[in-house]
Amino acid sequence: MAFAGALRGEQARYLGLTLPATLLLAVFFVVPLLQVLWLSVSEPHLGFENYREIIDNPLIARIWLTTFRVCLLTTFFSVTLGYVVAFAMTWVGERHRMIMISCIVTTFSFSILVRAFAFIILLRNEGVVNEALVGSGLISEPVRLVRNEIGVVIGMVHYGLPVAILALYSNMRGVGDTYVAAARGLGATPLQAFRMVYLPLTKPGILSASILVFIYSLGFFIIPAMLGGGRVVMIAEYIRVGFEETLRWGQATMLSTTLLVVVVVILAVMARFIDLKKVFGG
Amino acid sequence: MTNESPAAASRSHALQVRGVSKEYGGHLALDAVSLKVPRGQFLTLLGPSGSGKTTLLMAVAGFVAPTSGTILLDEKDITTLPPERRNFGMVFQGYALFPNMSVEENVWFPLRVRGVSRTDARDKVRASLDLVQLGHLAGRLPSQLSGGQQQRVALARALVFEPSLLLLDEPLSALDRQLRAELQWELRTLHRRLGVTFINVTHDQEEALSMSDEIVILRSGRVEQSGTPIELYSRPATSFVASFLGDSNFIRGRVTQTQENGFRIAVGRSTILQAGSPQVTGGDGSITLAIRPEKLIVAAQKPASANTIRGTITDAKFQGATHHVQVASDDLGILIARIALGQAEGDLKIGSPVWIGWEPDDAVPVRDN
Repeated sequence: MAFAGALRGEQARYLGLTLPATLLLAVFFVVPLLQVLWLSVSEPHLGFENYREIIDNPLIARIWLTTFRVCLLTTFFSVTLGYVVAFAMTWVGERHRMIMISCIVTTFSFSILVRAFAFIILLRNEGVVNEALVGSGLISEPVRLVRNEIGVVIGMVHYGLPVAILALYSNMRGVGDTYVAAARGLGATPLQAFRMVYLPLTKPGILSASILVFIYSLGFFIIPAMLGGGRVVMIAEYIRVGFEETLRWGQATMLSTTLLVVVVVILAVMARFIDLKKVFGG
Repeated sequence: MTNESPAAASRSHALQVRGVSKEYGGHLALDAVSLKVPRGQFLTLLGPSGSGKTTLLMAVAGFVAPTSGTILLDEKDITTLPPERRNFGMVFQGYALFPNMSVEENVWFPLRVRGVSRTDARDKVRASLDLVQLGHLAGRLPSQLSGGQQQRVALARALVFEPSLLLLDEPLSALDRQLRAELQWELRTLHRRLGVTFINVTHDQEEALSMSDEIVILRSGRVEQSGTPIELYSRPATSFVASFLGDSNFIRGRVTQTQENGFRIAVGRSTILQAGSPQVTGGDGSITLAIRPEKLIVAAQKPASANTIRGTITDAKFQGATHHVQVASDDLGILIARIALGQAEGDLKIGSPVWIGWEPDDAVPVRDN
């Protein structure tokens, strides 16, 4: 009994170490979050009329549709391209792999504004990409690559790709190459080995990378605002406008709450199929 | 029980490895290795880690492309054929059972990639699983099986498509001692019943001795010696083989006199009589003899054997069926003797003076390396 008591005392001491962080989160995260929830049902009048806009207001419906379309495209391209890169990373030598990982991690440190401007310069009608395409004779007129949805997706894939690569790579490293070798040894062609063995074994990685990138991209607003040139309004951008420009806090908090619910629902549905702890590296 | 077809032996194939080398960044993992595996043989590649045995198996399987040399299946050159076109069954180290497939699906896999539907494969899959006595576990996932069961599934999977050759990469290394012994019997029985050519890789000399028709001992990428287990054990060509395959005592001396059916060797002040001719001497007449611990007689009185020397017991341990006795002698240094239980004369007390004896043909001259 004394032993158990000592253990509890010890546990309490370690729990105490988490106290500052817990307090910080409570004051600066939980309280504002509750405020947002409260504002969404009290501003300008008490009740759920803000939420009726989801159905009644065609503008908001369109913004949601754009958001989902852009985020799904971003997820699709990030995970597909990321799969190839992660696959390559599992096969190259140790030195090569270190270089690849550091390149991927470095991208996280570039400011989002710098990246957005860089993309505008690269992708605009007089930009390097279009000049090269026209110059090589592949196209006769510049293609619109920016200030539209294409530009937004390109910019967002640039953000989603490293996330997808790292999630896929950690899964693939766990799978290893023995199963593919075993499949080949038993008579499978490289393609059969990939389709019947490697792809099913890396499916958890594909799922977790997709969830991460999709949720991550739901919250983007600088990239859509800059690369979309005002034509592509996504939900996060519209929330910002509501808070800062039109000052319709009721609508903005309602959209924030809805976004939060969407994320929680996605996670809840996915939790039925996969181990979420693994997705978040628990 | 499965149908044992008399055609089984004729289905099996012979393999030839001719001068195969493999270089990895300046290092020779295989150095001009040549060997022949007659059809239906159980061949074991034995060697310490880094000896090239796994590289050789992988070259045969098609996973490693030799830098030079050729590999022939019967008369056909398969050196550059990709693994999936060789039609070899393979049991991987750690088994590599597909974790996302049931036992049945795992065994079906080799047939599936050959275009056989699940329904058409059913009988063969069932027969193959029955062969390893696992028919009742067809629906399980590999993670729900014990190590021994996983090993059997890997075997069933490697045999279900009637491969030309079965390659086994350290098939028993992950199992505990008792299970290993049990599966050694099973592998032998399976080999006899199917008549398929088996090539097994191991670093376990006991496993090699008990299962193989022939053993190829590899060292630093070269074939050190090959032969039947009995040949290798009783006539090792080198000191490496003598100590790697079982235990050996080494006697290093100088040839002093050659006579009919033997020669004399001087070791310190002792003279030893050895049968045979002194072929493996160094330039200066130096020679190394290897003698197995069980060939040495340990006795309180001077034994009647041709060679006798005096010594003192420095250590003795009881190992169930045998006693291991360590004897220190003036001229031959420390010798280890293995005495069968009940054969010990007197008690083997540490410190007691003893005689050691052996006959001229008990020891084998070996190349010292």
